[in-house]
Amino acid sequence: MTTEQIIFLIVAGATLAAGLLVVTSRNLIHAALWLVATLFGVAILYTLLNAGFIAVVQVVVYIGAIAILFIFAVMLTRKDMRDSGPQHNKTWWLGALVSLLTFGGLFAVLGQWSGLAKTGAELPAGFDSVAALGEALTSANGYVLPFEVASVLLLAAMVGAVYLAFNKK
Amino acid sequence: MIPLSWYLLFSAALFSIGLFGVLSRRNAVAILLGVELMLNAINVNLVAFWRYGDIAVMAGQVFAIIVFAVAAAEVSVGLALVISVYRRRNTVIAEDLDLLKW
Repeated sequence: MTTEQIIFLIVAGATLAAGLLVVTSRNLIHAALWLVATLFGVAILYTLLNAGFIAVVQVVVYIGAIAILFIFAVMLTRKDMRDSGPQHNKTWWLGALVSLLTFGGLFAVLGQWSGLAKTGAELPAGFDSVAALGEALTSANGYVLPFEVASVLLLAAMVGAVYLAFNKK
Repeated sequence: MIPLSWYLLFSAALFSIGLFGVLSRRNAVAILLGVELMLNAINVNLVAFWRYGDIAVMAGQVFAIIVFAVAAAEVSVGLALVISVYRRRNTVIAEDLDLLKW
């Protein structure tokens, strides 16, 4: 077992444990903080995959913006968070069954696939994945159209969020 | 080098955990937390397939970036909806929001 594999196993185990705590902890602030831990673990996995830019975006956008937004929302709706009732609904066992079946189904499908043991090729010398990604995102025969559409989507989401959360009184 | 299957199994497990959160949580904010876990699992898959496929084709990473943008939009609108509902109905429990339920 190589060092890389040991790092992967430790990080993946910690990430999955943090993910389980996100969906099971009673206190929603704790759940949001465990989400930060999960997102950080996923960022480490991106680094192991040689996708440095995605890892940085994960930390800046997901942890820096989305997780903080969650903590704000939890605090603004705090009355329900401290209720003494159960945090899971009555049919939680059905949800557990469906998610276990989903995992089992994915496991079965993956088991039949032949490309599983594939290991990645070495990165070509001088290959810069950030430069290649930037070129792909902005060149006309690349992905410039989806890139621009994403900016329009973000603008629409921003206007919608401001309109929805605006207090008219 | 790590086999591709490890990433795919990790991603499947994270997706299932997120699915459990979405299906079982009562609080609307906690449901959105589960959606975030699922989106992250998908992104791990996309980047893993980029790394283990043809590395010069950047489609996997570009798709991951687009998923980031869509996730940010989804969370901002979703949380604005939750706050708006909390202001009007004074609850964020998903079961209590049954005005449209027959």
